[in-house]
Amino acid sequence: MGIDLWSLYRQMLRSRRFEEVVIDLWEGGKISGEMHLGIGEEAVAVGVVNHLEDGDAIALDHRGTPPLVVRGVDLVLLLKEFLGSRDGLCGGMGGHMHLFSLEYLVASSGIVGSAGPVAAGFALAAQHLRPGNIAVAFFGDGAMNQGMLLESFNLAVAWKLPALFVCKDNEWAITTRSKYVTGGNLLDRAKGFGMPVLEVDGTDVEAVWNTAGQGVERARKNNGPTFLLAHCIRPEGHFLGYPLLRKSLESMKEMVGPILRSLPARKGASLGERVASLGMITSLIGRTVSEKYSKGHDPIYRVRQRLKGEKSRLDKIEKEVEKEIQQAVDIALS
Amino acid sequence: MKTMGFADAIDDALAQAMASDSRIVVFGEDVHALRAGLFVRFGERRIRPAPISEAAFVGAAVGAAMAGLRPVVEVMMVDFIGVAIDALLNHAAKLEAFSGGKWKAPMVVRVPCGGGYGDGGQHEQSLWGWLAHIPGLAVVVPSNPADAGGLMLSAIENEGPVVYLEHKLLASNMLDFLGSGGRKTVQYDVPLEGTSGLVPEKWIPVPLGKAAVKREGKDITLVSVAVGVYRCLEAAMMLEKKGISAGVLDLRTVSPLDKETLCQAVSKSGRLLVVDEDYRDFGLSGELAAVVLEAGIPLRYNRVCTEETIPYYRELEDQVLPNTNRIMAAALKLLER
Repeated sequence: MGIDLWSLYRQMLRSRRFEEVVIDLWEGGKISGEMHLGIGEEAVAVGVVNHLEDGDAIALDHRGTPPLVVRGVDLVLLLKEFLGSRDGLCGGMGGHMHLFSLEYLVASSGIVGSAGPVAAGFALAAQHLRPGNIAVAFFGDGAMNQGMLLESFNLAVAWKLPALFVCKDNEWAITTRSKYVTGGNLLDRAKGFGMPVLEVDGTDVEAVWNTAGQGVERARKNNGPTFLLAHCIRPEGHFLGYPLLRKSLESMKEMVGPILRSLPARKGASLGERVASLGMITSLIGRTVSEKYSKGHDPIYRVRQRLKGEKSRLDKIEKEVEKEIQQAVDIALS
Repeated sequence: MKTMGFADAIDDALAQAMASDSRIVVFGEDVHALRAGLFVRFGERRIRPAPISEAAFVGAAVGAAMAGLRPVVEVMMVDFIGVAIDALLNHAAKLEAFSGGKWKAPMVVRVPCGGGYGDGGQHEQSLWGWLAHIPGLAVVVPSNPADAGGLMLSAIENEGPVVYLEHKLLASNMLDFLGSGGRKTVQYDVPLEGTSGLVPEKWIPVPLGKAAVKREGKDITLVSVAVGVYRCLEAAMMLEKKGISAGVLDLRTVSPLDKETLCQAVSKSGRLLVVDEDYRDFGLSGELAAVVLEAGIPLRYNRVCTEETIPYYRELEDQVLPNTNRIMAAALKLLER
């Protein structure tokens, strides 16, 4: 099967436009609680999920929307679930962090790292019941410090499980820069379990598709698990309404207030340490904002640049996607 | 006295303690951002962001406490304590017994809990009964800023491990972080009296294991913690309009449990209605009935608790969590008999 960049672009755009609609609904108060988006991860979702066949399983983290959209889960059911509707994908019980599709063998969880053990179990079931089928786990680099994920790497290698572990490396662990809290490097870490590793620019959908294919094939041939490290971005922050991306100082008061009160307080760290702390918080805000507004790492922008020569074909796809998403919204809200 | 928010009061009491005791260190996910004020004042050595490795850093808190520090370790939500439960269940809670009383782990696990803002059943649990089930763990659940600060001081001073639960509807920074996200388009049923209130100029400890009588009443005693206390107070006012005198007891700590105050209140009214946001079965609500019965006090009993996995769907969530309507119905039924 050769690569079809146009098809991959369409799928990425579907995911992006779907999540942009989710932003509007969330802003309008129609979606409660937290809302973690997969914007910035579309090339990883599309490049991996396009290799999957019937009977393959997926374990997802709290950013599970793009793989579900790509896998073909009904957009209306997804939207209705986010809206908290009794006829949503999970009867309104789960919401966006706890999405399940028995039909597609997809399960998600808001517990960081938990996709690892679940995928290992999915792979074990495939080994017994559906030889040739595989399991994929999606998780972030933050999860790479979670014991259960690393334990499942070992389990998958020891039991030669047909699994692909996909680490979406956006260099963040919630509001913490991963490098501050992570020792060594992630590829070496996975290698240490005796697992083949692959590394890819996760904002380049063609590269992801090509690279992920190797891991998928290995698993399908029952040659054991593979670790795929895909570098990507997180332009919307950890979740919508992320404090570091608020537009006004007023809306940041929960964070700014305590800082201003504490800065001159008697007793505590030296002035130098206080300035260092302030500097770290400022640098986190700077990094978050620059990630939001830099286009060079936007996977959709990148693939579109390659296809823009055929403008009429692009227009057609974009109009079709727009229509599909709008129809889903209209039905979900009606 | 001055006015302070719930989470600010906890941070303020913690800052007071940290300023006078250099053994107190804070670590956990995102603490530099969640406790930005403390991070700026005390620096990275004492306010230390941790990787998403709950089993490791809660376990490390146990070791650090055993070896002389007084850690206040933060887990993002009580639901995630599942990942780290071994450190609490098999280590922190057992140390004193295993060492023949010679060695204790003076640590505080500070952790947001509770629902009511549409985050789903894996992010909105209470779990205080589940934690209090374990001998050797103290479990603190404050309902207002003054108690929150005072109980934090006691938790820090306690010689054994304390799980300090901070309800997200009361801690406005957590609700803003997780529920509202800076939006004005969502509304949650927040008991404002609990989110902000008078606190002392200088913090003094509020003792663990001491309940607070929020309202005297001779016909029925409503008992709860955290947000449930305000739901009870609201119901008590509605009952008063019907000529029923309802008392309200805020346990403040689930373990150690203030059995004496509980029994005193119930022996006067003869009717106990427990309002518990934690799960109903095998938990705090049943325990309170057992305590009163064991004391030989004749009892009429009812309870309003969370009976199932908390739904994401907002309307249903509000029905599943204890609400005033359910409390009223349960109270009136109890008074009928």
